[in-house]
Amino acid sequence: MAEKVLLLGNEAIARGAYEAGCQVAAAYPGTPSTEILETIARKYKDIRSQWSPNEKVALEVATGAAIAGVRSLAAMKHVGLNVAADPLFTFSYTGINSGLVIINADDPGPWSSQNEQDNRHTARAAKVPMIEPSDPAEAKEFTKLAFEMSEKFDVPVIVRITTRIAHSQGLVELGELSGLPEKDFVRRPAKHVMIPVFVRQRHKFKEDEQIPRLRDFSNNSGLNRIEWGKSSKRGIITDSVAYQYVKETCPDDSILKIGMCWPMPDRLIKEFAGGVEEICIVEELDPYIEDYVKSLGIHVNIGKNTIPILSELTPEIVNEALNGKIAARNVPLYESSKIPERPPLLCAGCPHGFVYQVLKKLDLHVNGDIGCYTLGVLPPYSAMHTQGCMGASIGMHLGMEKAKPEMAEKSVAIIGDSTFVHSGITALIDLVYNKGTGTVIILDNRTTAMTGHQEHPATGKTISGEETHTLDLAMLSKAVGVRRVVTVDPKNMDEFERVVKEEVAAREPSVIISLRKCALQK
Amino acid sequence: MNIIFTGVGGQGVILSGKILMGAAQNAGYDIKESEVHGMAQRGGTVDCCVRYAKKLYSPLIELGTADYIVSFELIEIMRKLDYLAPDGRLIVNDLKIDPAPVQTGEMKYPNDISEWLRANIKNSQVIDTEGALKDLGSRKSLNIVMLGALSKHLEFSNEQWKDAITEQIKPQLLEMNLKAFALGQTL
Repeated sequence: MAEKVLLLGNEAIARGAYEAGCQVAAAYPGTPSTEILETIARKYKDIRSQWSPNEKVALEVATGAAIAGVRSLAAMKHVGLNVAADPLFTFSYTGINSGLVIINADDPGPWSSQNEQDNRHTARAAKVPMIEPSDPAEAKEFTKLAFEMSEKFDVPVIVRITTRIAHSQGLVELGELSGLPEKDFVRRPAKHVMIPVFVRQRHKFKEDEQIPRLRDFSNNSGLNRIEWGKSSKRGIITDSVAYQYVKETCPDDSILKIGMCWPMPDRLIKEFAGGVEEICIVEELDPYIEDYVKSLGIHVNIGKNTIPILSELTPEIVNEALNGKIAARNVPLYESSKIPERPPLLCAGCPHGFVYQVLKKLDLHVNGDIGCYTLGVLPPYSAMHTQGCMGASIGMHLGMEKAKPEMAEKSVAIIGDSTFVHSGITALIDLVYNKGTGTVIILDNRTTAMTGHQEHPATGKTISGEETHTLDLAMLSKAVGVRRVVTVDPKNMDEFERVVKEEVAAREPSVIISLRKCALQK
Repeated sequence: MNIIFTGVGGQGVILSGKILMGAAQNAGYDIKESEVHGMAQRGGTVDCCVRYAKKLYSPLIELGTADYIVSFELIEIMRKLDYLAPDGRLIVNDLKIDPAPVQTGEMKYPNDISEWLRANIKNSQVIDTEGALKDLGSRKSLNIVMLGALSKHLEFSNEQWKDAITEQIKPQLLEMNLKAFALGQTL
C-alpha cells in the first residue's frame, strides 16, 4: 500500500508538482500561498525554485520555462494574481509547450490580506481553466492533473485553493516521480508573439476549438461529478472546502461537486437539476456558481439569498442555512465585553516600533504599504493613514502632493524592503520624473518578515540560501534620480527623528533607508 | 474526536496539534486539521483544530461539538467556549499573558476566569503548569506538558504518544520533552 502522510494543502501541492515532474517553480511569498515554494525548495531540490521580485515576474519565468519545454509552476496569493494578470491574460492565448500550472490561493476571511476577492472571476475573464481541490489529498492529485490538462489543451491551468485548504492538514497518499517530461523549444512566432494579426488567430482558436474542448472536459472528466444521495429531493452544488462542510452536515443529499469551475459544466448541471426537486448552492465568497446556474434558466432555492458572501464559510453556517439547525450553546454566557481582544502586534524590539514612535511624535500623514508594519495602523501607534496594495504607498504619496502641494511637507511614504523591490521602484521613478518632493522611508529589515522571513533580491541570498548579488537599495534610489538618500538605524530615535524632519522639509525627493534587522532574525 | 488547541503566538499550539495527529495516525484514523498562519500569528491568538475518526470531511470543528478544548492561556479559552460539546472537557493552563488592551491600561485582565470556569462548566480543569515547567528548567515545553494533561483522556497508548513526539521533536530536546509529557500526565 502506498505511504500516507499528513500534509498541509500547500505541502501537498509541492508534492504534486514533484510527482508531475515539474522542473522550474517561481513565486513571491504571500499568505496563504507561501509554503508551496518553501516546501519545494526544502524538499524537492531537483526543481529549480526561486523567489521572484513579484508575481508578474514569477509567472513570466514559469511561462518561459514551459515554452522552453519543461513543466513549470508559479504560485501566488489571490492579490498576487492581480499583479500577474497582464501576462496571464495573454499567455492564455499563446498557450504553452510543456505544462504550466498557476497556483492561486484566495483568502476568504480574510485572514491575512487586504481584500476578499474571488479569483474564480479571474479564470473566467482570462479564459484560463481553473480547477479546485477541496482538501490536501485532492490538492496533490489536482496539481498533477493540472500539468496534464495544460499540455492536453495547450493553455496554463490555474489551481485555486483557499486559506482553509492551504493551511489545513490531511492524509495524502504519496506517489512516485513519474519522470521528467521534456519537449524541444520550437520557434513559433505566430503562436508566441502576440501582434494583432496573430492575436486574432489565437483568440479564434481559443473560442472555436479550445473552449469547446475544455467544456467537454468539464462535463465529462470526473473533476465535476454527481454524488447521488439517499434523497433526490434536494441537490446541492458546491465547490472547494465548502464541499467538505456539505458532506459533513448534509450526508443524505445529492451533491454536484464542482472541481473545475471554468469552464463550468453546463450539461452536467442540467442533468443534476433534472434529477432533484430543488437546487441549493453552497460556495464561499461571490455567487459565481449561482450566477452560472441561473444563466441556464435553473431556479436556485438556497444560495446567496441565505449564505453570506462575506468571510469564510463554516460547518455551522452551512448547517443552519441548509438544515435550519442552529448550533447549541452548551455553556452559560460570560460577559464578552470583559474579555480583552488580542490583536496582532509588532514584536518586542521590532525596528518598525522605533519608526512609528517617531512618526507619531512628528504627527505626519503616513502613506503605508503591505507588511508587518501595516500593524502600525493599530494602537499603540495609530500612525498609518492610507494603504492599498503592494507598492501603493509611493504613488499615493505623489498623488497627494499633486493634489495639495503643501502635503509633501507633512507626510511620508513607508514601505518595506521586500515590498519596495516588489513594486515600489517604478513609483519612486515616477516621483522623481514628475518632480515630486516627497520623502520615502524604506523600512529595511533585511527580509520578507510578514510571511515568515523569505529572502528577496536585496538580502543577497536565494530561496535555497545560496549567496547571490545583493541589490543595493541606496544605489538604486540614487540611480533613479533621488539625490538625498540617507541610511539610518531607527533604534537611534533622536537621530532618526532629526533625519525625518530634515528630509520631509527638503524641497526635493528623499529616500530614508531605515536599516535594522527584523528582531526575529539572527 | 474533535479537539481544539488555543493559545498565544509562540506558545507552540500548532506543534501540539501535529503531535496529536501523529498519535491518531499511528492508531489508524482519518485526520483533518486546520491552523492559523500569517498576520494572525504576530502575538495574536493562535489555534488549531484537530479531528480524527474513521472517516471525516470538514477541517473545521462545528460550534458546540468540541470534545476537548485545550487552552495554553487563561482568557483564550473564553473565546472558544461556544465550541464545547455538551459533555466536552476544558483543560486550561492557569497562565495570564496580558493582551495589548491590558498592557496599555485600557482594560483589566478579568480575574474571575478560573472560578467562573469551575462554577459554570462541569468538565473544566484549570491546571497549574508552573511547577512542572520549573522542574524542566524550560518554559518551551509547555505545549508538551499540556498534551500530557490531555493524553490521560484519550485512547492512545504511551508508545503511540512517544512515537508521535519523537517524530516532531529534535533529538537533543527529546528527553526533556518526554519528561514534560510525563509531568503533564500527573497534573
